[in-house]
Amino acid sequence: MSAILKISDLRVAVDGKPILKGVNLEIRQGEIHALMGPNGCGKSTLAYVVAGHPKYEITGGAIELDGVNVLELDPCQRARLGIFLAFQYPVTIPGVKVSDFLRHAVSNVRNPDRKEGEGLIPMKDFRKELKDRMSEIDIDSEFARRYLNDGFSGGEKKRMEILQLSLLRPRFAILDETDSGLDSDAVRAVSEGINKLHGPHMGVLIITHHERLLEFNKPSFTHVMLAGKIVETGDASLAHDLHANGYAAVRERHPTEAAEEQAVTVKE
Amino acid sequence: MTATMTDIVTGFSRTAFEAFLESRDEPGWIVDVRRKAYEQYQDHLAVPLDSEEWKRVETRTFRPDQFHVRSEPSEAATFGSLMQDRAEFSGIVTHVDGHTTRATLDKQYAKQGVLFGDLRTLLVEHREKLEPYFGKRGVQARRDRFSSWHAAFWTGGTVLFVPKSVSINEPLDSLIGLSSAGAADFSHTLVILEDGASATLLEETASATADAAGLHVGAVELILGKEARLRYVQLQNWNDKTWHFAHQAGRVESNGMLQWTVGGLGAKLAHIHQDVHLDGRGAEAEVNGVTFATNRQVLSYYTQQWHNAPNTRSDLLYKDVIRDKARVVWRGMIKVAPDAQKTDGYQRNDALMLSDACRVDAIPGLEIEADDVRCTHGATAGRVDREQVFYCMARGLSEFEAMHVIVQGFLQIVSDRIPVELVRETLNQAVEHKLGIG
Repeated sequence: MSAILKISDLRVAVDGKPILKGVNLEIRQGEIHALMGPNGCGKSTLAYVVAGHPKYEITGGAIELDGVNVLELDPCQRARLGIFLAFQYPVTIPGVKVSDFLRHAVSNVRNPDRKEGEGLIPMKDFRKELKDRMSEIDIDSEFARRYLNDGFSGGEKKRMEILQLSLLRPRFAILDETDSGLDSDAVRAVSEGINKLHGPHMGVLIITHHERLLEFNKPSFTHVMLAGKIVETGDASLAHDLHANGYAAVRERHPTEAAEEQAVTVKE
Repeated sequence: MTATMTDIVTGFSRTAFEAFLESRDEPGWIVDVRRKAYEQYQDHLAVPLDSEEWKRVETRTFRPDQFHVRSEPSEAATFGSLMQDRAEFSGIVTHVDGHTTRATLDKQYAKQGVLFGDLRTLLVEHREKLEPYFGKRGVQARRDRFSSWHAAFWTGGTVLFVPKSVSINEPLDSLIGLSSAGAADFSHTLVILEDGASATLLEETASATADAAGLHVGAVELILGKEARLRYVQLQNWNDKTWHFAHQAGRVESNGMLQWTVGGLGAKLAHIHQDVHLDGRGAEAEVNGVTFATNRQVLSYYTQQWHNAPNTRSDLLYKDVIRDKARVVWRGMIKVAPDAQKTDGYQRNDALMLSDACRVDAIPGLEIEADDVRCTHGATAGRVDREQVFYCMARGLSEFEAMHVIVQGFLQIVSDRIPVELVRETLNQAVEHKLGIG
């Protein structure tokens, strides 16, 4: 039976200011969902909250993975449960080699009960696996010895996120604007990478402004977020329509949320 | 043997000094040097310590009279050496409580005139080679209270003398141990590389037990001739009850290269003067420092890079990790003499603070008297970046593991500059131990 990531009436604030105002979303393993919406509508907030970033205050609602209360778990427990966030802005960690970092990550995610200091997965097996995954998504094997994201271009950082996705094989992956800031070749490489990884065991939420990532990874569902709520859900054609015509029609159909969006914009 | 073991009168009074001299049975010229240093020590004791230097280093609870130089080493003591058993060395020297208990040197190097062993013995046997350097070019007795104290009471130490153009390919190892409470180590490391010689000396300090309070008043002199190349590592790994005071100096002649790595992990309080003098045209020095202070440790480093000749290059990088209520002090200075044109000087100290109660004082400085130089300095201090921690956790690392990975990465940048793998591994292991994961 496939697992479900269920987000119900999720309400989130930052510094007392409401950002998410009752988000409902259900993703099953194997499904691709697209999440679109204008800047500032709360897409990235949703991604961070699912991953467990500590700066967000949960004021209501629930996130469950197969009945497990995700909100009670710290970020590393969520990762070990099978939740993955591909960061919009991956963090640089100088002095930490990509291969060492990933070996720690893989050891923990594949052995969720692992305590620090307990054995890492065998170096020899890991090296081979890493090399194979890197070649699949066209990353030079030399990157394994470099420091994590240190001096990487935007495209290299995003590929590094996809590499991690391919090694960690989560049940649910959220890709936060993995296509932004990339040239079309890089988007193609990343899209193909996701396409190869996607399968019946991974549910994917693709957050994007563009349609390009979705060309390779056709969503079963497209959600539109406005002022902290999902206001519409459709199929792949909705994504296409939004990309072609923008959000004006959505705002017309949802005047209340459009007004809230406007109010926040004016205040800022 | 233990039943008859007698210790010298406790402390460092005149009576104790005379008893110490009595126990040594040394030639007159060495006794004369000691006596002169003792008078300088008395003169220095009569005046307060330099308040600017000592205001950041709390010594109120330091009682010199609680320590004494032992007349014999404790035989039972064993030391958890981090390096000695891990590689093949061309020579090994071990000192316990200021006395040499072991000294070996590969025959092929002995035949070429290399000296490696105990200062106390070699200074007598090879006076003509060592006297011109000992206490004269690197660390002079008169400098301050601690240098004169050391020069009066030095017990022994490691000597390495490499004749002209001789290269020692494998590293040499020196272990300095303190065995019991109240024991003092006044060891003196004297390294002389004649023109064109090269060598690697790895030195570490260790305590036999975790809680025996010890004292180290030491000196290190590294003298490099023209085109000589020395890699010197000192890993200070006393227990955290030990007081560590040291003057350490390197002098480099034309086109010589000194690569000096300092690891500061142990000690209750450590205060070290580290001076690098670039005396000849084209002389170079690279200084790497890794310090990790926890609990209530205080680790203080005064580093000076003296550019005394043209076309000299120095490159100093210290990285400090500080946790709990510990404190690290670093005061760095680059001095460029008027005729040291085309100097290239660099100094940097980065501190990573792991707790609210820890403290770091980093004070870089430049004194430049030449007009055609490039000197750069900087210091940073900061907390672990929470976004880095979150990123690691989002990949399944626990919060502690994330912190540890980030700390190790922070120190890796210095580690990358150390060309001896054994030292890199040893440092990593020592850091893991400090982090509580090794």
